[in-house]
Amino acid sequence: MNKLAVNLPGLHLKNPIMPASGCFGFGREYSEFYDLSKLGAIMMKAATAEMRFGNGTPRVAETTAGMLNAIGLQNPGVKEIIENEVPFLANFDTNIIANIAGSTIEEYEMVAKMFNETNDVHALELNISCPNVKEGGIQFGTDPKMAAKVTSVVKEASNLPVYVKLSPNVPDITRMAKAVEEAGADGLSMINTLTGMQIDLRSKRPLLANKTGGLSGPAIKPVAIRMIYEVKQHVSIPIIGMGGVNTAEDVLEFLLAGASAVAVGTANFANPFVCSEIIDELPETLKKYGFDTALDAVGKAVME
Amino acid sequence: MITKENMRILAKSMIALDTIEMVLENKYISQTALPGQFLHIFLEGKTLRRPISIADIDKEMGTVTILFKVVGSGTKQLASYEPGREIDVLGPSGNGFQITEEDSTVLLIGGGIGVPPMYYLGKTLAKQNKKVISILGFQTKANVFYEEKFNQLGYTFIVTNDGSYGEKGFVTDVFHKVGDFDRYYSCGPLPMLKTVTNELNGKPGFISLEERMGCGVGACFACVIPSKDDKGYKKICSDGPVFDAREVSL
Repeated sequence: MNKLAVNLPGLHLKNPIMPASGCFGFGREYSEFYDLSKLGAIMMKAATAEMRFGNGTPRVAETTAGMLNAIGLQNPGVKEIIENEVPFLANFDTNIIANIAGSTIEEYEMVAKMFNETNDVHALELNISCPNVKEGGIQFGTDPKMAAKVTSVVKEASNLPVYVKLSPNVPDITRMAKAVEEAGADGLSMINTLTGMQIDLRSKRPLLANKTGGLSGPAIKPVAIRMIYEVKQHVSIPIIGMGGVNTAEDVLEFLLAGASAVAVGTANFANPFVCSEIIDELPETLKKYGFDTALDAVGKAVME
Repeated sequence: MITKENMRILAKSMIALDTIEMVLENKYISQTALPGQFLHIFLEGKTLRRPISIADIDKEMGTVTILFKVVGSGTKQLASYEPGREIDVLGPSGNGFQITEEDSTVLLIGGGIGVPPMYYLGKTLAKQNKKVISILGFQTKANVFYEEKFNQLGYTFIVTNDGSYGEKGFVTDVFHKVGDFDRYYSCGPLPMLKTVTNELNGKPGFISLEERMGCGVGACFACVIPSKDDKGYKKICSDGPVFDAREVSL
């Protein structure tokens, strides 16, 4: 029996580890470092209806225990992704999760429909929480009614399970989680980045060309853990947790807080092997803290 | 191909104001790296690696030399590492300069911390019996480095912005003294590259760009630059850092 296996709607994961959307491109670059079949799943970079160039540079800035990014959803467009990127990833024995973004509900619907017609995508991650684009993205992620609306439209447009990626930039994330659960979401993915800013002392201006960016990395892990812990108590759909994961211990912490699977983002940049190494270390880490399987640990911190 | 390697620091010295030269030992990278490629260096406690260009390689000794300026907390940390220590490096990263066999005279134009990649390129070109002319620009006298080394490759102009050493002004101010050449290669701050490519418009040339990078392997789309092809952009870390001067929009 595979002690790391986790079953989620649409996803039979051999282990609960996957690279987070936006931090792994479409997998090609990292496939040079290790066999992507080792991964539980791959969350592709966000797809929009048309090609997007994204923001000006600089797009990244390092911060204490993290980084800011404002890429701006640069991607070649859903058609190109389906024609060239999905077939490449389909060569690997892993699950493909397509992250979809848009400026309008119609755009989300169109992108979801297109992924639905491919046979190789296993689930959708609904990106309603990108802080780095002027239109769309986060406006759907901060208003529970809008979030519910876009969730139900995407559910209607496709047969694929839908994981809604929540923004931490809201006063009450539980309210958002419940709204999308009621609208038919199959799961949640949380958290996206926290909006932040860095000022360059030399130019005396915001360092990022977009001025604000999304904070990721170890700095946001406690925020992610707290939000997952809270949301877990109020929803019954599974959570894919993310936010500053660097080690197998971090993964266990997310599982305990209530995540059923864990995505690794920013850590891939410093260590391209990080997902592979965490997968190797996880069984020992689970054992060390008294768990036989990954599933045994899920939500343990929440239960009374 | 990029791999994750440990490189042992063999020597470290300060060769100009805030400018550190570090000699690193690693067989794979010293045997495979090309002029213009860079190392992506891990620093304990830092979220992102630091891209540092390769300044020189000694294949026989198996060493790679890097030069960097201490400008922030990352380069300060790297500068504090002592010989004997091993550092974790991804490399060789990016694509190097293309060398054209038919060229007989080449012009190297380096500005500030853009000078280092020009050196290993110049050394490689000089070995192929090409006439190498160099223009090296620095802010002030205290920043000047590698003048002797470039002199050994061929005629070298040193330019300082304040005129405290060599010619006064910018690298472009000595273009009229250079004479004819087949191709130019340039690396330096963006404003310098803009002026250089404008003034040498029509001449074949290659430029090396720098930008704040995320992954350094082409996955994160942090370091893109608009390009003149259908795709509309290039990734500096993986399509570059070296580009044909005509293919990107600075």
